[in-house]
Amino acid sequence: MSAVLRVEDLSVAFHTRGGTVHALDRVGFTVGAGETMALVGESGSGKSVTAYAIMGLLEAAGRITGGRALLGETDLLATDLSRIRGRRVAMIFQNPRAALNPIRAVGRQIADVLLRHGGATSGNARARAIEALRAVGIPDPARRANAYPFELSGGMCQRVMIAIAVAARPELLIADEPTTGLDVTTQAVVMDLIQAMAVQTGMATILITHDLALAAERAQRIAVMHAGHVVEAADTATLLTRPLHPYTARLIAATPTAAGSLDALQSVPGGLPDLRGSTIPPCRYAARCERRLPACDGPLVTRSAGDHAVACANPLEAVA
Amino acid sequence: MRAVLLRFAGAIPTLFGVVLVTFLLTRVLPGDTATYFAGPTASAESIAQIRTSLGLDRPLPEQFWRYLKDLSHGDLGMSLTTGQPVKTELINRLPASAELTLSGLLLAIGIAVPLGVLAAVRQGSLIDHACRVVTTAGVSLPVFFTGLVLVYVFYFLLGWMPAPLGRLDAFASPPPQRSGFYLLDTLLAGDIETFRAAAAQIVLPAATLALFALAPIARITRASMLAVLGSEFIRTARASGLSGPTVVITYALRNALLPVVTVLGMVFSFLLGANVLVEKVFAWPGIGSYAVEALIASDYAPVQGFVLTMAILYVLLNLAIDLVNRAIDPRARRGA
Ligand SMILES: Nc1ncnc2c1ncn2[C@@H]1O[C@H](COP(=O)(O)OP(=O)(O)O)[C@@H](O)[C@H]1O
Ligand SMILES: [Mg+2]
Repeated sequence: MSAVLRVEDLSVAFHTRGGTVHALDRVGFTVGAGETMALVGESGSGKSVTAYAIMGLLEAAGRITGGRALLGETDLLATDLSRIRGRRVAMIFQNPRAALNPIRAVGRQIADVLLRHGGATSGNARARAIEALRAVGIPDPARRANAYPFELSGGMCQRVMIAIAVAARPELLIADEPTTGLDVTTQAVVMDLIQAMAVQTGMATILITHDLALAAERAQRIAVMHAGHVVEAADTATLLTRPLHPYTARLIAATPTAAGSLDALQSVPGGLPDLRGSTIPPCRYAARCERRLPACDGPLVTRSAGDHAVACANPLEAVA
Repeated sequence: MRAVLLRFAGAIPTLFGVVLVTFLLTRVLPGDTATYFAGPTASAESIAQIRTSLGLDRPLPEQFWRYLKDLSHGDLGMSLTTGQPVKTELINRLPASAELTLSGLLLAIGIAVPLGVLAAVRQGSLIDHACRVVTTAGVSLPVFFTGLVLVYVFYFLLGWMPAPLGRLDAFASPPPQRSGFYLLDTLLAGDIETFRAAAAQIVLPAATLALFALAPIARITRASMLAVLGSEFIRTARASGLSGPTVVITYALRNALLPVVTVLGMVFSFLLGANVLVEKVFAWPGIGSYAVEALIASDYAPVQGFVLTMAILYVLLNLAIDLVNRAIDPRARRGA
């Protein structure tokens, strides 16, 4: 499998008044060409920070303390990203209406990106922006190009965001909770659109979501994050049917399925550990874990069988 | 357009209130006009005569009614000190005040907005600290004090600036009147010499006003830019790889200007007030010094005319701000 993106040992710390928050610790995963890889974990597990670190969009308090993120031959953590963002990697966000400039017509916002990366000229930028709006399924695009975000529905705004993101045909799209906050029908439409655009342009996708069911439905591979660690990664079918990490098993038990009843759902007990200071346990799930052993207090090792990786001293099945 | 007319209509009660209040205020202010004009040696009889001839012996409602009737004909009364119609004098003097106030405001904007933007973009840098110094120093200095200090340093000590004696020195003659703004009219007349003279005269008073206006504008620009730079759509703009200038100017600054424009309106109305003192310090022949002199002489009509002019300016100013906001913000356009 040829990888579009290979993230290795990515660590991020935030310097705050309350101390240094070790938000990411040696995060690693790969995204294959044209595939959708889901990054799954409960809120606060470090999914967005991972995306921002890759995009060079961390806020001033955040520092990358180690690792690499190889996009082809380019290490995104060690390069000037101004020629890469929007051109080779693009990103869309939760809450699309807030993610668009409130006082600029959406057509012009698309045109801005086309002028910057898409080889558009001031003469044809508008026509190409309308074309881009049509491509993401916005009805009457010539009129909608003049609309402002507050005049469009959340779903429409997310389509505009997608049009902006794919304007320069990037190799990789990072979609951070792209459907959270949209109604159920719109969620499906937006996800269909993202996947259709990915197929059309051969683009790979990182789908960031707290919703394992969404990931199961849309992704070929899933990496599970917990408190700044990737605890398990595998292809979707394997991860769902034969999870190795106790946290993955808990997440699966906490995810509603079409067949299961809501009563059978169990939430994951306990909360995320405090990531400040230097006394963070090696396994950040240990305090919540019912399979904890004395070995869990030793160094955390990630072991793999094929492309199924797990970071656990006492996995559900022995790993070769 | 309808919204603009509505705003105008909405201002009518305010203006009426201003007319009423200034009328009452000038009647209860200390000092009796008739006594003042009769002179120190006048008899009680001649004072009474003057009072009757000015209509000051009539009941207040009747005086007010007469005042309103005159106003509706555009008649602001006569100044008793100068013997000129108030309207003529205000119209003659307004350009001087307007030119000074606008110069001060433009100077302040030209410095404060870039300063605030740079301070926000480079948070914690030298320029950010400079911005902080300017904003704290600016508020703590009263305007007549900065005016006097500037005169003392740049005229008296250094001799770089001409004497603070009005819009032009004695050797220059005013340009042919077009806008009434000397800086503009001299350029229109192609008279660079007089332009220089006018500019030299206006630098210090305008700088005084600008120093006064600098702090609030720089502070709101910085705060507003910081808020916008941290917002989600700026993150999108960065994520889509737009160039630095596009992100900062086209995306961030245009959004950040909305609160700045509102504050500009407030600052401008403060400036109209501060103008009165600055005109006094620099012997500027504007409506502010006119009103102060009339007030000292218990000469009602110019004071009333001045306050009314200010109220109208204030209404027009708010209207202008509304229009600018509409131009910037589509939500304001489509909302109303
Ligand atoms: N500005 C910040 N200051 C301190 N800690 C932060 C900051 N931003 C993120 N973090 C830390 O990173 C963790 C992961 O955040 P995030 O990536 O947003 O989670 P999510 O998986 O929900 O996207 C948070 O729980 C927090 O501890
Ligand atoms: Mg998040």
